[in-house]
Amino acid sequence: MSAHKGLNLTLKVWRQKSQKEKGQMETYQVSDISPDSSFLEMMDILNEQLIEEGKEPVVFDHDCREGICGSCSMYINGEAHGPGRGITTCQLHMREFNNGDTIYIEPWRAKAFPVIKDLMVDRSAFDRVMAAGGFVSVNTSGNTQDANAIPIEKQKADEAFDAATCIGCGACVASCKNASAMLFVSAKVSQFALLPQGQVEAKERVQNMVKVMDEEGFGNCSNTGACEVECPKGISLDNIARMNREYLSASIKGE
Amino acid sequence: MTKLDSKIPQGPIADKWTNHKNNIKLVNPANKRLIDVIVVGTGLAGGSAAATLAELGYNVKAFCYQDSPRRAHSIAAQGGINAAKNYQGDGDSTYRLFYDTVKGGDYRSREANVYRLAEVSANIIDQCVAQGVPFARDYGGLLDNRSFGGVQVSRTFYAKGQTGQQLLLGCYSAMSRQIGKGKIKMYNRHEMLDLVIVNGKARGIIARNLVTGEVERHSAHAVVIASGGYGNVFFLSTNAMGSNVSAGWKVHKKGAFFANPCYTQIHPTCIPQHGDQQSKLTLMSESLRNDGRIWVPKKKEDAEAVRAGKLDPTNIAEEDRDYYLERRYPSFGNLVPRDVASRAAKERCDAGYGVGTNETGEAVYLDFSSAIMRYGQEEANVKGYHNASQTQIRELGEKVVEKKYGNLFQMYEKITADNPYKTPMKIYPAVHYTMGGVWVDYNLMTTIPGCYAIGEANFSDHGANRLGASALMQGLADGYFVLPYTIGDYLADDIRTGEISTDLPEFDEAEKAVKDRIDFFMNNKGSKSVDYFHKRLGKVMWNKVGMARNAQGLNEAIAEIKQIREEFWKDVKVPGSAEGINQELEKAGRVADFLELGELFARDALEREESCGGHFREEHSTEEGEAMRDDANYTYVSAWEYKGEPSDAVVHKEPLVYENIELKTRSYK
Amino acid sequence: MSWVKNTFSSSIGRKFAMALSALFLMIFLLQHFVINFTSVFSETVFNDISHFMGTNALVQFALQPVLIFAVVYHFAMGFALEIKNRNSREVKYAMNKGQANSSWFSRNMIISGAVILAFLGLHFYDFWVPEITTKYIEGDMSGMINGEYRYYHEMVEKFHDPVRVGIYSLSFILLAMHLMHGFQSAFQSMGARHPKYTPGIKKFGNIYAILIPAGFIFIALYHHLTSH
Repeated sequence: MSAHKGLNLTLKVWRQKSQKEKGQMETYQVSDISPDSSFLEMMDILNEQLIEEGKEPVVFDHDCREGICGSCSMYINGEAHGPGRGITTCQLHMREFNNGDTIYIEPWRAKAFPVIKDLMVDRSAFDRVMAAGGFVSVNTSGNTQDANAIPIEKQKADEAFDAATCIGCGACVASCKNASAMLFVSAKVSQFALLPQGQVEAKERVQNMVKVMDEEGFGNCSNTGACEVECPKGISLDNIARMNREYLSASIKGE
Repeated sequence: MTKLDSKIPQGPIADKWTNHKNNIKLVNPANKRLIDVIVVGTGLAGGSAAATLAELGYNVKAFCYQDSPRRAHSIAAQGGINAAKNYQGDGDSTYRLFYDTVKGGDYRSREANVYRLAEVSANIIDQCVAQGVPFARDYGGLLDNRSFGGVQVSRTFYAKGQTGQQLLLGCYSAMSRQIGKGKIKMYNRHEMLDLVIVNGKARGIIARNLVTGEVERHSAHAVVIASGGYGNVFFLSTNAMGSNVSAGWKVHKKGAFFANPCYTQIHPTCIPQHGDQQSKLTLMSESLRNDGRIWVPKKKEDAEAVRAGKLDPTNIAEEDRDYYLERRYPSFGNLVPRDVASRAAKERCDAGYGVGTNETGEAVYLDFSSAIMRYGQEEANVKGYHNASQTQIRELGEKVVEKKYGNLFQMYEKITADNPYKTPMKIYPAVHYTMGGVWVDYNLMTTIPGCYAIGEANFSDHGANRLGASALMQGLADGYFVLPYTIGDYLADDIRTGEISTDLPEFDEAEKAVKDRIDFFMNNKGSKSVDYFHKRLGKVMWNKVGMARNAQGLNEAIAEIKQIREEFWKDVKVPGSAEGINQELEKAGRVADFLELGELFARDALEREESCGGHFREEHSTEEGEAMRDDANYTYVSAWEYKGEPSDAVVHKEPLVYENIELKTRSYK
Repeated sequence: MSWVKNTFSSSIGRKFAMALSALFLMIFLLQHFVINFTSVFSETVFNDISHFMGTNALVQFALQPVLIFAVVYHFAMGFALEIKNRNSREVKYAMNKGQANSSWFSRNMIISGAVILAFLGLHFYDFWVPEITTKYIEGDMSGMINGEYRYYHEMVEKFHDPVRVGIYSLSFILLAMHLMHGFQSAFQSMGARHPKYTPGIKKFGNIYAILIPAGFIFIALYHHLTSH
């Protein structure tokens, strides 16, 4: 932990009163920010300052502040979750910036993610995609078969886990030049397609989830790979390829 | 005292749950369609309950303050989930899990509930695997287990360091399925602001739509509170920023008793506070204590030099280091339970040996260098490098440690910018979990008919201290396998009630109270932000109601919290408007409740004249500073009844009867 | 057959169709290159093959329509998707660092594609339209002019013009860029991805993307410099 040497920064922050109203970038100054602070703690300081000045604080989503809940969602200096790889905004620390820097802070931009206020967007499109098939149809009974009844190849189990680590933050959509949600949807499709428990309804699942994904207004994937690079959990493009396979084979073989 | 009926079924402990299930009333499938249930919170407990109730046929309305049910803070649990599967053949059984949990809870939990928890634990794993939860597996394709602190068997199922996430996504998937079917109506970005009671029964809630700012009425035949713990009363904790006590506190104020508020778990291995701008603490998995050695400098001047940045810890000679856990607890060493390890760290820092660079110096070292050298030597032997240099051995050892803890080390480095392979980690205890909560009977019903509390929100099965990997188990047990049965017993009487109207005067009244409070905040011409008060409350809680408590400090805390509360109501400033998103307004409501809970918390700690589990009273300790329980006088649950001011609260005692386990003093020497 | 319609109107189905047409075009490009390349060492071979391709019924009435369909589909859908994709983000970022996470080629397929389309216009004007006119409107299927095959001379004549050679070369550089991303992207779109084979596909794609356009440029320069 470095000796405290505060940073003075210029912030360009997107302010938008509501979904209906137009927004604009506003400029703020913050000073004496500890390099050990997280980016969101810097935002807290900005907000304290705004409250003191009698202004409305900047609204942004955040909750766990340890990189797992997927709430935080800022487009910082032209990148989802800012500079640095494998991190969410809450894991970004101010030591990544230099004294005197100007920092652009914008919300996720996608038609499917309308801005609610300032930096907060509505990601419920993801929930609707999930409701279309992101599950295994098994009721809670306490009488499902024993957990060890079906052995699962370790590699498959690990791949399924890697796909399942998606936190649903939406950085993939935000970074994609097409605002495509393929990485998110494919991670869930992959997780279940890799496990025997999920394979039973794999065909229906992929078709239903893709259908809703398309209806929600996400763009088309053009394989630029930006999503994989910006994903805080490193979800692989392998999943998109797998979903393409699953979808095409489901279309051909399905009813 | 007669007010508390725990409704524990008769019979031998192993048969209680089965007998109870056989004897309670059921609601037939056609009638379930006529019944509405509100579930507040969508973590492991709320999510699993909502999904299961909807699968059964009830109409569920689920509420969460996050933008999606998938983001509840259960997601942050790292280590794993316990279940008495005995897959490892190491002698595990329902009884052992039951025994370990009761002992770990320092004999302050209800035997029958804990036994049931252990009993259904195995079903949880089956259910989750069927849902597609990707637990870790071995090369044979079977489920892998790890071991956790305080037990002698390997019964913890895990999914790397993200078990909570995977389990929550399992619940969320199950919920999504029901949302798609229309059986769950999901209210994201909604916060419950009051409970509505009609004719003595919980019949609905008042909630604020956080996006539009609208105050809404929602009715149901039963209300389930699954809103998690209240660790954020300390301001800094490992809880999510939005975690709050409000749902639990509202039902408390409407008549539900609040049990054991002072039982708080303080986790020993968190990343220390870096300074005043800190908003949140981050946990480092307990598993690190398997290989890390905890120490502080033996000499005060060394500690001072380290704090001033003039001395590098790696330059402190071995004989000048105090491995205080190994010194005090030779048989358990660095692996003593969480509460013991936390207090020992505080003791050293209070005595002036802390190594933190922040204002308080609060940190101790967690050092992997001996593990690195030990593993390195092993590797060198295995590989046949007989003349390996110290540097080579170190390199080999670092690789081994990286395999075991790589992701944790990386996380640490991201936050602190220190390389833990080269320089010892700094850790300090932080508030992590609250064992106390809304009092419930065996059916998980609170003292308000029709109002249930599950998961961390209830006073739970963990007694005065929770074992690692048991929180996930309890949340899912309550939601998947307990509540869906027990709630039927109550709802069976409601099949002819019909839909509850939200036009009843009780709704008018509750809504008015909520609106009045919002208006107050919006119109109060205060000068201080909500966080200002929250931070002050947190400081008092941490310093006087934290890891070590004494009567004087607690009395001071009670007075100070009252003072802060009064100032808060006079001087709090909430900017913006009540229409639309207003995060400051949300916080204001939550902190107002914390300011009441905090005082009750301190009162409960003052009243409990013993040390047990996470509750440590300095007056009740041995000369060596070890906890002293008082079984003769305090083997009971303190259930507080709301009477207005926290100082007016009345305590009710539920005696704890141990028929299957003998009470013993925990010793880790 | 509503499943066909459903499949090809879905996002993934369209991707797949883009990839299929792309693969067809890449194979076409390869054979086109091989034929053109013969002109460097043998006027006769080039003329013979050209005449065969220009008069063979299978090529003319089976492959050519497929080719035209592939070209039209690939461009039309390319533009349609670009419009949809642009509409998927109504408000643009004030500050965006695309280069931090993706290649310029992959982000600007529409630019390279549009240039290629413009070039195709010129190419059709130069070769295809006169060919079709001569063969199917004027009815001259002989391929002869003054007693010898006209193909080689027609081509060489076009490459006299330095401006045309310049445009031609520039277009092929853009085609190379298009292929740098497009080749491997087509495989990804069809779900053909495997840790063992994908690195090889990418490598091969890069070689293809550079070699073939470079070859076309070479042919143009060769004729420009050697003919009089």
